[in-house]
Amino acid sequence: MPAVSKGDGMRGLAVFISDIRNCKSKEAEIKRINKELANIRSKFKGDKALDGYSKKKYVCKLLFIFLLGHDIDFGHMEAVNLLSSNKYTEKQIGYLFISVLVNSNSELIRLINNAIKNDLSSRNPTFMCLALHCIANVGSREMAEAFASEIPRILVAGDTMDSVKQSAALCLLRLYKTSPDLVLMGEWTSRVVHLLNDQHMGVVTAAISLITCLSQKNPDEFKTCVSLAVSRLSRIVSSASTDLQDYTYYFVPAPWLSCKLLRLLQCYPPPEDGAVKGRLVECLETILNKAQEPPKSKKVQHSNAKNAILFEAISLIIHYDSEPNLLVRACNQLGQFLQHRETNLRYLALESMCTLASSEFSHEAVKTHIETVINALKTERDVSVRQRAADLLYAMCDRSNAKQIVAEMLSYLETADYSIREEMVLKVAILAEKYAVDYSWYVDTILNLIRIAGDYVSEEVWYRVIQIVINRDDVQGYAAKTVFEALQAPACHENMVKVGGYILGEFGNLIAGDPRSSPLVQFNLLHSKFHLCSVPTRALLLSAYIKFINLFPETKATIQEVLRCDSQIRNSDVELQQRAVEYLKLSSIASTDVLATVLEEMPPFPERESSILAKLKKKKGPGTVSVTDLEDSKREGGELNGGGERGPDTAAMAASNASTPSPSADLLGIRSAAPVGAAPASAGSLLVDVFSEAGPAAPSAAVNDDGFLRDLEQPTETCDSLLVEGSGDSDSAPPSEDPAPPLPEADELLNKFVCKNNGVLFENQLLQIGIKSEYRQNLGRMYLFYGNKTSVQFASFTTTVSYPGELQSHILFVQSCSCMFRNQYTSENWDTACYSTSPIFAH
Amino acid sequence: MIGGLFIYNHKGEVLISRVYRDDIGRNAVDAFRVNVIHARQQVRSPVTNIARTSFFHVKRSNIWLAAVTKQNVNAAMVFEFLYKMCDVMTAYFGKISEENIKNNFVLIYELLDEILDFGYPQNSETGALKTFITQQGIKGQSQTKEEQSQITSQVTGQIGWRREGIKYRRNELFLDVLESVNLLMSPQGQVLSAHVSGRVVMKSYLSGMPECKFGMNDKIVIDKQGKGGTTEDTGKSDLGGGSSGKQSIAIDDCTFHQCVRLSKFDSERSISFIPPDGEYELMRYRTTKDIILPFRVIPLVREVGRTKLEVKVVIKSNFKPSLLAQKIEVRIPTPLNTSGVQVICMKGKAKYKASENAIVWKIKRMAGMKESQISAEIELLPTNDKKKWARPPISMNFEVPFAPSGLKVRYLKVFESKLNYSDHDVIKWVRYIGRSGIYETRC
Repeated sequence: MPAVSKGDGMRGLAVFISDIRNCKSKEAEIKRINKELANIRSKFKGDKALDGYSKKKYVCKLLFIFLLGHDIDFGHMEAVNLLSSNKYTEKQIGYLFISVLVNSNSELIRLINNAIKNDLSSRNPTFMCLALHCIANVGSREMAEAFASEIPRILVAGDTMDSVKQSAALCLLRLYKTSPDLVLMGEWTSRVVHLLNDQHMGVVTAAISLITCLSQKNPDEFKTCVSLAVSRLSRIVSSASTDLQDYTYYFVPAPWLSCKLLRLLQCYPPPEDGAVKGRLVECLETILNKAQEPPKSKKVQHSNAKNAILFEAISLIIHYDSEPNLLVRACNQLGQFLQHRETNLRYLALESMCTLASSEFSHEAVKTHIETVINALKTERDVSVRQRAADLLYAMCDRSNAKQIVAEMLSYLETADYSIREEMVLKVAILAEKYAVDYSWYVDTILNLIRIAGDYVSEEVWYRVIQIVINRDDVQGYAAKTVFEALQAPACHENMVKVGGYILGEFGNLIAGDPRSSPLVQFNLLHSKFHLCSVPTRALLLSAYIKFINLFPETKATIQEVLRCDSQIRNSDVELQQRAVEYLKLSSIASTDVLATVLEEMPPFPERESSILAKLKKKKGPGTVSVTDLEDSKREGGELNGGGERGPDTAAMAASNASTPSPSADLLGIRSAAPVGAAPASAGSLLVDVFSEAGPAAPSAAVNDDGFLRDLEQPTETCDSLLVEGSGDSDSAPPSEDPAPPLPEADELLNKFVCKNNGVLFENQLLQIGIKSEYRQNLGRMYLFYGNKTSVQFASFTTTVSYPGELQSHILFVQSCSCMFRNQYTSENWDTACYSTSPIFAH
Repeated sequence: MIGGLFIYNHKGEVLISRVYRDDIGRNAVDAFRVNVIHARQQVRSPVTNIARTSFFHVKRSNIWLAAVTKQNVNAAMVFEFLYKMCDVMTAYFGKISEENIKNNFVLIYELLDEILDFGYPQNSETGALKTFITQQGIKGQSQTKEEQSQITSQVTGQIGWRREGIKYRRNELFLDVLESVNLLMSPQGQVLSAHVSGRVVMKSYLSGMPECKFGMNDKIVIDKQGKGGTTEDTGKSDLGGGSSGKQSIAIDDCTFHQCVRLSKFDSERSISFIPPDGEYELMRYRTTKDIILPFRVIPLVREVGRTKLEVKVVIKSNFKPSLLAQKIEVRIPTPLNTSGVQVICMKGKAKYKASENAIVWKIKRMAGMKESQISAEIELLPTNDKKKWARPPISMNFEVPFAPSGLKVRYLKVFESKLNYSDHDVIKWVRYIGRSGIYETRC
């Protein structure tokens, strides 16, 4: 750019600026600015035309005032006038003002665009560059509309100067980023790609940024750039450091261009053409070789440039993931960096290795560095590097080294930085579960985890350990013993108390034989923690106590005493109070058989994806997890919540709910999913036992969720133990199709019949079952509606109603069939056939 | 209580720094500078909270005084102290400026030691302070032990503001009633809000320990006397020249110097006191009813097209023709896109001040019951800004020789039983000055 000659230095501007800088206070500054503004206004208003120099000076002053933070609402016209000047400095100031202060004022924009157009079509390269810079700086939609078609022409024209080409490429990139729909490459595509072959390295560097951006959007159109990029890369890589003159940076030939080329190649899969691929592999090898060479300079810039290319090459190798040889070499190279004294290099090496570890070819190679990584985790000063080390350990973990890694991570956890503790805890929990061969090891690990970093152990972690303990018979005894021992510590974390309460409540009997852990000792141990815990934990402990009554009748008196004391039975917390009252009653009224049924051991949980994993994904941020994953994890968490925490008291709570429709009705935990399926089943039979004097109980095997529900609907009817079965999904769905899992809402749907007669009983992707019922004295009428939600017809659709023998004569079936069409105009086929079955029964 | 006190210059450099409590660290100094003095947006609130530390500041010309505390102190007390501190400094070395503060820093530290103890304000009476903090250098020899002990007993005694044994050949006292009148008026001449805040400042040169009694036309006192039927004429009324003939005024609230016996005021509403020697402020008060507005401003603004504005302003004086108002200044705001102004005025001088975006019209003197007029033509530069000009109010400054509240001093009696001079021997001077506070008329 032409330097500003001495005569062009604006004295008035310099004086003004120094005046402002010398102002002693804000007020003085504002006064000075007001004075200057008034002066400029009177000058612009004045009748005699201003010459270019003074116009430029005043526009400059306005710009300066604007940059100080004051509003400028005039002078735009004068700035636009400057654009048409022939002097570089005046034009430059004009463009500067426009790019800083332009607003979408219609008439001005038209004038500005006109001036820009004139400059673009002029032959003067500096003017063209100024215009292009202005377009790029403003980058508004209006600009894009006006010039998006013009700029590609300038970019590929044969007679355009190199500097203009650079500006044009970058300007186009900017416009493409702000309004991609307006920049249509179309016919220019191939010529733009061929800019990679341009003689001038600056043009290539500018063009490659544009191409990378464009090819990310439509890779197919720019496919040809791969071979050109490879050949360009190989020319650069193989060139001597002196070949490229201006573009050699501290003995590294064109480092920026190389990085950009490598990044462009990462947009595409490995080239199919063997020759191109060979050449590329050669390039990558050369880059890896060069990394081994002794540095040509001691300057940090030299090594930075070299390493930048190397890391970009390694990420390309990882991206291709097809060259075992290269992958292993990359891994070895990174391994050297792991012990480099530059912290940034170590960080980058750890980060790249994380991705390398997931590749099957290099996994083993990564594993050889385990000692170094563990060392890094322990000794690094920078927390972000330690975090990367932890990530890498997590990534390189497999069955062979799980024990070592988990042990290391656990020991590190004690001193770990607070910001990464929660993530570390999740990782340890996942690894321990994933690679557990021996479940006693798993239990030990998790309990250790809770002990070391209790505050950072999220709910999911201890839910999971309980799920696993319940599902595995072999560890239950061991778990009970370990938990008992862990609880003996004078201060233990609340999460530990939760786990302890749950496990001892379930499996305390397994260790009761030992006099050191006799039932009373167990109870006293748990109760000693009771007062230090929060309300949810206390609630859980109360449930554990009632289970103790069931497991060890000898503790009954002690526990009843505890339940009866004022701090429980008159607790200000409703939940605790209700539990205390109900458990007390339950333990004093119900016979041991009933207790045993109500407080049966929990059924195994269904196997499912670990919710901890989902949580970790969520923690890592939305960048790595898709939205559906997140939703999954939420739902998973929700279900687990019910299954894990509320599980233990489901049965007991069910009993109370039948008699008192309390607000905690959702505690029933009635779910069509299996986890607590058996609990309501037993509750169903319990109901009959407890609340009906008449003996004939329905065989509990025959009672499924729905049957149980019918009982609840109308407690007065339950004494007749009328059970209508037949709305089960397996019956109604066509045999050819697997019944889809019920929608999550299904659970709530069932619950609402506790106090309602009508509504949707069941719904999944195939079928909707509605129920409508009326009861009048000794008569009851029940309608069942079956809705087909699919577009195909159901074949051989049958419903079965089972009922106790003596009622058979009283039941009258009325079957009707009606067809209903909904939403005919939507694309989805929603024609729903509604069948209703309405048994009318009387006795 | 106050944890520390800092004085900064306009650049935020610390001139004086005195920390009284341990909870205020050195970084508090920087916190105030960064967050208040150098704040990107001008800080308007006098109290700023930074990291659970409260900063109370007042600004005198370019000097910032900031009191810092971590406790929940009485903000009014802190500000009262800061103002008092300003008064004390002014009494010692004149105007508060960077130069003066730098030249007197030893004195200021000495004063700070005396008037603030562990953050608790102490005696800040200038007269009393001057007896033991002097500017004449070391006078160790001239002050005897007895004198020093006398100072101690006086400062810690019941009447801390006056020492014994003062003697004047001429017993004289000066009484100034200083009022500032604040007004906001609609363009149609309707009073939107108005109040007068006034001060009674006294300068006394009296011998011995005189007992004084001050009387004014306070409505409550006058009414009570009227009921009692004893119309006691003191002969000292109507010293001023207020135009209204009303007999009494309603005082909304008032505060007194510590020398006034409040118990007596509460029970009898009489103001009696033993005055400090020299100048001090006897009372402060505020009235809102029946204010005499010395000037009326009548604005006329006409927009002629987009590029021209015609402004005509008439001011009318509203007091006895025999009185003269002084230092009259009318400030007419101009739009932000003013490019030129032509002004014509009959009286005084008017000028467009671009740096303040206003036309300033100055008149030296103006008698009562007169009127004067200014007309201006303002040329505007068309802008692409759609914002309309907000038309700020026209403001005014003046000084008149009467009290706009209508307050009159009825008497000021001096009793000194021990020395042989009586009330009649004291020479008394009373002066009324009414100034403009924020005196604005919307246009």
